[in-house]
Amino acid sequence: MDFKNAKELLALCQKKKLPISEVMRQREILLGETTAEIVDQRMDRVLEIMKDAAFSPIKDPVISMGGLIGGEARKLCEFHNLGKSLCGNVLGKGITYAMATLETNASMGLIVASPTAGSAGIVPGMMLALQEVYGFSDKKIRQALFNTGAIGYLAMRNATVAGAVGGCQAEVGIASAMAASAAVELLGGTPLQCTYAASTVLMNMLGLVCDPVGGLVEYPCQNRNAAGVSNALIAAEMSLAGITQFIPLDEMIDAMYTVGKKLPAELRETALGGCAATPSACEKCHLCS
Amino acid sequence: MSFISVFDVMGPNMIGPSSSHTAGAARIAFLAQKMITPPLKKVEFILYGSFARTYKGHGTDRALLGGIMGFSTDDMRIRNSFDIAREQGIDFSFTPNEAETDVHPNTVDIHMVNEQGQEMTVRGESLGGGKVRIVEINHVKVDFTGEYSAIIVIHQDTPGVVAYITRCLSERNINIAFMRLFRESKGTTAYTIVESDGHLPEDIVESIHRNTNIHDVMVVQM
Repeated sequence: MDFKNAKELLALCQKKKLPISEVMRQREILLGETTAEIVDQRMDRVLEIMKDAAFSPIKDPVISMGGLIGGEARKLCEFHNLGKSLCGNVLGKGITYAMATLETNASMGLIVASPTAGSAGIVPGMMLALQEVYGFSDKKIRQALFNTGAIGYLAMRNATVAGAVGGCQAEVGIASAMAASAAVELLGGTPLQCTYAASTVLMNMLGLVCDPVGGLVEYPCQNRNAAGVSNALIAAEMSLAGITQFIPLDEMIDAMYTVGKKLPAELRETALGGCAATPSACEKCHLCS
Repeated sequence: MSFISVFDVMGPNMIGPSSSHTAGAARIAFLAQKMITPPLKKVEFILYGSFARTYKGHGTDRALLGGIMGFSTDDMRIRNSFDIAREQGIDFSFTPNEAETDVHPNTVDIHMVNEQGQEMTVRGESLGGGKVRIVEINHVKVDFTGEYSAIIVIHQDTPGVVAYITRCLSERNINIAFMRLFRESKGTTAYTIVESDGHLPEDIVESIHRNTNIHDVMVVQM
């Protein structure tokens, strides 16, 4: 039940007539030498933490440890509730929960690194928005989280999910690819369509640099989590509409990794380039002085 | 290649904001406190590299202190670890060392003293994604990750000790995943680290300790 790349994953899905999520779930039970019950319980806990982290800052906004963010999710929620949302229901809620999760993270709250702490808002943003708008049960969302896990696993195994190694494209990019793939499965797409969506995201976010102001997981990280949800959503919609991609997911993961390694060190989480090196950012942070 | 679990991707469950600077820091300190008999009286953290530069904004200090009190990476008490440590009467300090650059960017030295006056220094590196490595114990270079249950034996560097340790393990039917020996120099103090897939019986400490060439035995459960 193991697979090394997306090609093998798709072959398994076809052979066993299973969605990506179930292949990943069965792989975990088998190779993790555990039971379906334990695996499902652990994923229930993941979903529970995600909900708390996404909902709490809307009720109780908090200022981050570094003081660069706080209160954004509340503003988005109020704006949305006034009926003013430009993004509409799914995306409006998605970006709210994504930014909320990063607010929780930056204020030493409990989150699920999915796949990292800096990109922890995207998967819950997408999943919780779809749950609210389409009425999916917790069980259904829990199952979809195994799909996100499969895409993240492919990136971890064959490339990287560390901003210090591959830039933000490896963190927010991969998280968005994970969210896009799971959204497609939730809405009835095929395993191949899931990988088209993931592939699309990586294309659209290729080259994104990691440039946290003051070296902190706050800014622009939180903004980029919102952007990640939107990228995931458009990729999922394109795929569900029947648009195919001729660059397969495996090749896009390779391309992302190759580009990541070519990024100069200043643009890989060192806080020496990009947003972090702007005069306004330098004024906020006193790392160099 | 070791197994990548779905919960390595969808996890760890952790107190933010950074898997390397917060969760990893808590994890290193958690492993360190397993190597000394409680209760702790004093702990000193020396921070290097990125840890030294950004520890306040990442809550690295609170995470380290939480870990040293045995909190796991998802323990909400990490936020208030300063207050909790004061209540427990632990004397703690943080010292950034930006002068020394020839270390992994996320490195910490943890110097611990317990109520009995026993001292122990552990150096750990946070590798990203919450993964860590212990690279020094009492200034002797070692290498273990805490991903497996580990037995750390401090002993005299003399023939027969390793054979004795493995015999103890085999008598208890403990399967060795990795085993390595590190030493200060020939004939001095040596550290044997044995990692195992399963849970280690607590009384293994006692049975290994019976040999007179063995100074100390510690168990770090997975």
